[in-house]
Amino acid sequence: MLGYFLRRLALTIPTFLALMFLTFIAIRLVPGDPVEVRVGEHGISPERLAFFRHELGLDQPVWRQFLDYVWKLLHGDFGVSLATQQKVLTEFLTLFPATLELSAFAMLFAIVVGVPAGAIAAVKRGSVFDQALMTISLFGYSMPIFWWGLLLIMFVSVRLGLLPVSGRIDLINYYFDQPTGFMTVDALLSDQPGAFLDALRHLVLPAIVLGTVPLGVVARMTRSSMLEVLGEDYVRTARAKGLSPARVIGVHALRNALLPVVTVIGLSVSGLMAGAVLTETIFSWPGVGKWLIESIGRRDYPALQGGVLLVSAVVIFVNLVVDLIYGAIDPRISHGR
Amino acid sequence: MKFNIFAGVAIAALVAGANAGSAKTLVYCSEGSPENFTPAINTTGTSFDAARPVYNRLTEFKRGTTEVVPGLAESWDIADGGKTITFHLRKGVKFHALKDFKPTRAFDADDVLWSIDRQWKPDHPYSKISGGKYDYFNDMDMPSLLDSVTKTDDHTIVMKLKEPNVAILANLAMDFMAIGSKEYADFLLKKGTPEQFDQAPVGTGPFSFVAYQKDSVIRYKANKDFYGEKPLVDDLVFAITPDATARYAKLKAGECHVNAYPRPADLDEMKKDPALEVISAPGLNIAFWAFNVNKPPLDKKAVRQALSMAIDRDAIVKDVYLGAGEKAKTLIPRTMWSYDDAIADYPYDPAKAKAMLAAAGVQTPLEIDLWYQPVQRPYNPNGKRIGEMMQADLAKVGVNAKLVTYEWGEYRKRAQAGEDMTAQLGWTGDNGDPDNFFFLDGCTDGKPAGNNIPKWCNAEFNDLLVKARVIPDQAERAKLYRRMQEIEHEEAPELLLAHSIVSEAMRANVTGYKQSPLGTHAFEGVDIK
Amino acid sequence: MAADVTISGQDSADNGAAEASAQPSPLAAFWSAFRENKGAVFGVAVFGVVLLLALTANVVAPYSPVEQFRDAVRAPPVWETGGSWRFILGTDGAGHDMLSRLIYGARVSLFIGFSVMCVSFVAGAALGLFAAMTGPIVDVAVTRFMDLIMAVPSLVLAILVVAVLGPSLANTIVAVTIVYLPRYVRLVRASALGELNKDYVTAAKVAGVGPFRLAWSTVLPNCLAPLIVMAALGVSDAILEAAGLGFLGLGAQPPTPEWGSMLADSREFIRSDPWIVTLPGLAILITVVAINLAGDGLRDALDPKMRRG
Repeated sequence: MLGYFLRRLALTIPTFLALMFLTFIAIRLVPGDPVEVRVGEHGISPERLAFFRHELGLDQPVWRQFLDYVWKLLHGDFGVSLATQQKVLTEFLTLFPATLELSAFAMLFAIVVGVPAGAIAAVKRGSVFDQALMTISLFGYSMPIFWWGLLLIMFVSVRLGLLPVSGRIDLINYYFDQPTGFMTVDALLSDQPGAFLDALRHLVLPAIVLGTVPLGVVARMTRSSMLEVLGEDYVRTARAKGLSPARVIGVHALRNALLPVVTVIGLSVSGLMAGAVLTETIFSWPGVGKWLIESIGRRDYPALQGGVLLVSAVVIFVNLVVDLIYGAIDPRISHGR
Repeated sequence: MKFNIFAGVAIAALVAGANAGSAKTLVYCSEGSPENFTPAINTTGTSFDAARPVYNRLTEFKRGTTEVVPGLAESWDIADGGKTITFHLRKGVKFHALKDFKPTRAFDADDVLWSIDRQWKPDHPYSKISGGKYDYFNDMDMPSLLDSVTKTDDHTIVMKLKEPNVAILANLAMDFMAIGSKEYADFLLKKGTPEQFDQAPVGTGPFSFVAYQKDSVIRYKANKDFYGEKPLVDDLVFAITPDATARYAKLKAGECHVNAYPRPADLDEMKKDPALEVISAPGLNIAFWAFNVNKPPLDKKAVRQALSMAIDRDAIVKDVYLGAGEKAKTLIPRTMWSYDDAIADYPYDPAKAKAMLAAAGVQTPLEIDLWYQPVQRPYNPNGKRIGEMMQADLAKVGVNAKLVTYEWGEYRKRAQAGEDMTAQLGWTGDNGDPDNFFFLDGCTDGKPAGNNIPKWCNAEFNDLLVKARVIPDQAERAKLYRRMQEIEHEEAPELLLAHSIVSEAMRANVTGYKQSPLGTHAFEGVDIK
Repeated sequence: MAADVTISGQDSADNGAAEASAQPSPLAAFWSAFRENKGAVFGVAVFGVVLLLALTANVVAPYSPVEQFRDAVRAPPVWETGGSWRFILGTDGAGHDMLSRLIYGARVSLFIGFSVMCVSFVAGAALGLFAAMTGPIVDVAVTRFMDLIMAVPSLVLAILVVAVLGPSLANTIVAVTIVYLPRYVRLVRASALGELNKDYVTAAKVAGVGPFRLAWSTVLPNCLAPLIVMAALGVSDAILEAAGLGFLGLGAQPPTPEWGSMLADSREFIRSDPWIVTLPGLAILITVVAINLAGDGLRDALDPKMRRG
C-alpha cells in the first residue's frame, strides 16, 4: 500500500515539472506587458518601461527567467504578485480557504441530496420519482452555471429577498478575526451569536450553483451503480433471507454502490475548480478562481503562474488521494494503472 | 427537493434575524480590491479610494469640488514669479496608531520630505519597496518640475520649481502626494518589514486603518482627533463587490449604504425606489474616436470631418451611455472653465458625409480598421457596443469598418504607437485643470507625444498649449484654450464622442455625501440617519 | 464542468429491454434499440429542430443578427406589456432582434460544438493510436502530457489558451479542443493497447500487415462505439465550455451572436429587462439537454454491454 502510494506520488513529480515549464512558456506568450498594463491612459515612457522590465527580470532571455523561477520555487518562493507586491503563496493561502469552503459545501450539497435521491430512484425504478429525478439530474449536468447563478440571485435574493446576494458574512453586524480563513469555522470560534448561521446563509446560493453539475452526476451515478448492485446475487439472497428492505438497501446495496461514486467525486475536483472560476465571478466570492481571472487581466505573471501551479497541484493531490481511497476500498484496483 | 436541507437552515437564520450593533457602521460597496494602500505606487481609482480615508495631502480638493484648499499645509506663499512656494504646515496633527505601532510625535516637515523623496530620490530607503513604481509622480512630470524641496524649520517647507507651472498646487492635492509617517517607516525598517508600510497604512486622515481581508473587505474606524471635517460614523467598511448587479442588490437589501459605479441600466429603477437616492454630475472625462492622420485617406481634413458626421452620437449616448452621458463637442466638459460653448457641433448627416467623401476622392466602399476598447472605462461604458454602432453607421456611408481589439495594455500601447487607423480612447482628468485635457493633442519638437492618439501635430495649437502653462491669470489662459478648441474642432483629429455623467447611488438615510467631480469617494462628514 | 458526464450513467430512460432477436443488420439493431428510448428520441427531435434552425438561419430568422434597430432598443418580447409582434422575443441593448440572434447563435454554438468534436475526434484517435503503437517512450510521453492537460481545471486551461491566442471564435475552438483532447487519446490508447496484444493482431503483424492498416482495420473498429458516444456527448460539453468562455468575455467577438457572450453583454439588464439575459441561457440549456439526451440514447443503443434487462 505504501509502496503504491510512493510510486503514484513519484509519478506526479515529472507531471508537475512539465506543468511548471508549460505554464511558464504559455504565460510568456500572452500578449501584453505586466508593466504597461497598469499605467492606464497615462502611458509610460520607453526609458521607464525598460527600467522596470529590467527590475522585474523581463529583459532576460526566457530560459534564464525560467531557471531563476525554478530555483526560487525549489526554495518555496513562488514570487511576488506584480499587482499587490504581496507574496504569491501568501495570496493563494489567503484566498484558497474561501474556494475550499465553497467547494466543500457544493460537494456536500451534491452528495447529501444526490446520493439518497439516486438510491431511492434506483429502488423505485421506473416510478414517477425516478423519471423526475433523472430529468432533474439531466438538467443539472447540462446547466450553464453562470446563467443559473444569475437567475438564482435574481429570484431568490433580489425578488424574494431570502438570501444575501454576495459576500461571505454580514459586514455591518459581524466582525471577527479569521484565524482559519473558513468563514463558517471562524464564525463559530468568534462566539458572536448568529454569525455562524449568517455565514451559512451566504454560502447557500454559491454552493447550490457550484454543486448543480456534481449533483446531476452524483445522482445518476448512484442510481446506476445501485441498480447494478441490486441485481447482484447476494442482495437477492439477503432479500430472500427476509432481511428488511431498508437494511438490504441501506447497508448492503448502498455501501457497494458508493464505490464508483467516490471516483466521480474525485474526478469532480477538477470540474469544481473550473466551476469555481464562474461561481466566484458571479458571487464576488473572494477565492482563487476569481483571483486567477483577474491575474490574467492584469498580466500578473507571478500570480498567474503560481496560481495555476498551485490549483493544479491541488487537483493532482486530490486525485491521488481518491485513487488511494478507492484502492483501500477495493484492493483489486491498486495493481492497475 | 434539492432545497430542503438548506432551506431549513436559511429559514432558521432568517428567524434569528440580525443583531443590531450599537456602533454606527457605514458600508461602502466598492468595485474592486486595492493593490495596496500607498497611493504613490498605485494607478487605479479603486486603490486611491481605499487609501483616501487614511491620508491627507499638503493641499486638498475641497470635498465635492476641484477647488484647491489647505490640507496639511495651513497656508502658502508664492514668490519668485511662481518659482518658489513656501508651505506653512499645520501643527499638532496626530498620526493614527496600529496594533503594533504607537506614534510618539505629531506630524512635521520630515514626514513631508520623506513622502516626496520616496518618489523622487532613488537613494531613499523606501525607493525600491513594493515595486518602486511611482507612476503618477512621473506622469505629472514632477521630476522635471521640481528643483528642490527643503525644510527651513519643523513646520515650514520650501519648494523651488524649475519653471513656473500654475497647476502645481492642484498636483499636490492629488492622491499620490499623500503624506505618510516617517516614524512609522523607520519603525518598520528597523523591524525588517518595510512592505507593511504599503499594506497597513498609517496617516493623519479622518479614518484609521483597521484590517484588510483580500478581495473581501476593508475596515476603518473613525479618527476622532481629525483636524478637518469630522467623521460622523464609528466604523467605515468597504465591502468589495466587483459585480455591479450584486452591488445594486446589496444596496437594495441594506447590506451597503453607498454603491460605487451603479450601472446606467439600473438607474431608472433606483430613482423610483424611495429607499434609495441617486445623485449625478458630469464626469471630468472625455471619450473620443481618434483618426490616425498618418493613414490615408485620414490625412485629409475633409475625410475626418465627413466621418465625424457619419456617426449618430445621439444614439450612442442614448443606448450605450443609457442617458448617463452627454454628447461632447470639445475635449473638456462644460463644467470646466474655458469651455467654449460657441462651437457648432458636427451634425449627424450621413448624406452630407457621403457627398464629402466623394468630393475628397475617396473610393467607396472604403475599408478601415475600427479599434474598440476592450474594457469598460469611466468615460466609455461599453467600447464593444459603441464599436458595433459606429460600424453600422459607417456602413451607411460606404465605409466598411473592421472591428479590432487587443488586451487593454496592448491596445493602448499599439494605439500610442500609431498602429491603428481609427481607435476609441479617452481620458479621465486628474486635477481639474484644462491643461490636463488639452495636452492630449500636444506635441514635443513637432512630434506627437505618446498620448496623442491621432498623431496630429498642429503648430498653432501646440504653441498655445505651451504658452498657457506659464500664465498665472485664469481669464488670460481661458482665451488661449478657447482658440485651441476652435482649431481642434475645425481640424477634427478625433471625433469627440461623449462625456459621461457619473452617478452614485446610496440609501436614502445617508446624509452629507458629496459627489466628487474627480470621481473619488470620500466619507468624512457622511452620516446615517 | 460537465466533464464528468461521460463516465456516468447509462439507461437514461427506461430499460433497454429485449435484445434484438436473430441477426438483423447492425444499423437496424441500433435503430430499434435507440427507438425504444423515448428520451433519446425526444432529444434527437429537439436537436434536429435546433440544427435545422442553425442551417436555415438566413431564411428563418426575421432579421439580420447584426442589424440594429435604433428605434426599438431593448424592446420587450411579445408577451410582456409593450411588446409587439415585430420583435417576438424583443431586442437587446444594441437594438438587435433577439430571435434572429438566437437563431444565428445556434449556428455559432453548433459550429463550435461540431468543430471541437471533429478535431478532437480525429486528433485524439490519431494521437492515441500513435502512442499505443510506437513503443513505450512515445507512449509515456503522450500519456504524461495528457495527464498534464487534465490536471489543469478545464476552464482555467481554456482561459490560458485564449489569453495566449487572443479571443476569437477560432481560438475558442482551439482552446476547448485542447481541453477535451485527453479523453479521446486515453480512450483510443487504452483500447488499442488491449487489442494489440490479441493473437490475431500478432498474427497479422507477423503476416506483414503495415502498422497503419493494422490500426485502421483492427483497433479503430473496436473502440468506435465508445468513441462515437464520447464525441456525441463532447458536443454538449464543448458548447457549455465555449459559452463559459464567452461569458467571461473571452469567446467569440462582436458582432458574432454567440450565446455565452450575448448573456455576458446583457448582464447589466438582468433587472430592468431580464429576458435579454434569460433567453440565451435558456437556448444553451435546451440545446445541451437535447444533445445529452440523444448522446445517452446513443450510448445505450451502441453498447449492448451497457444495456441491462
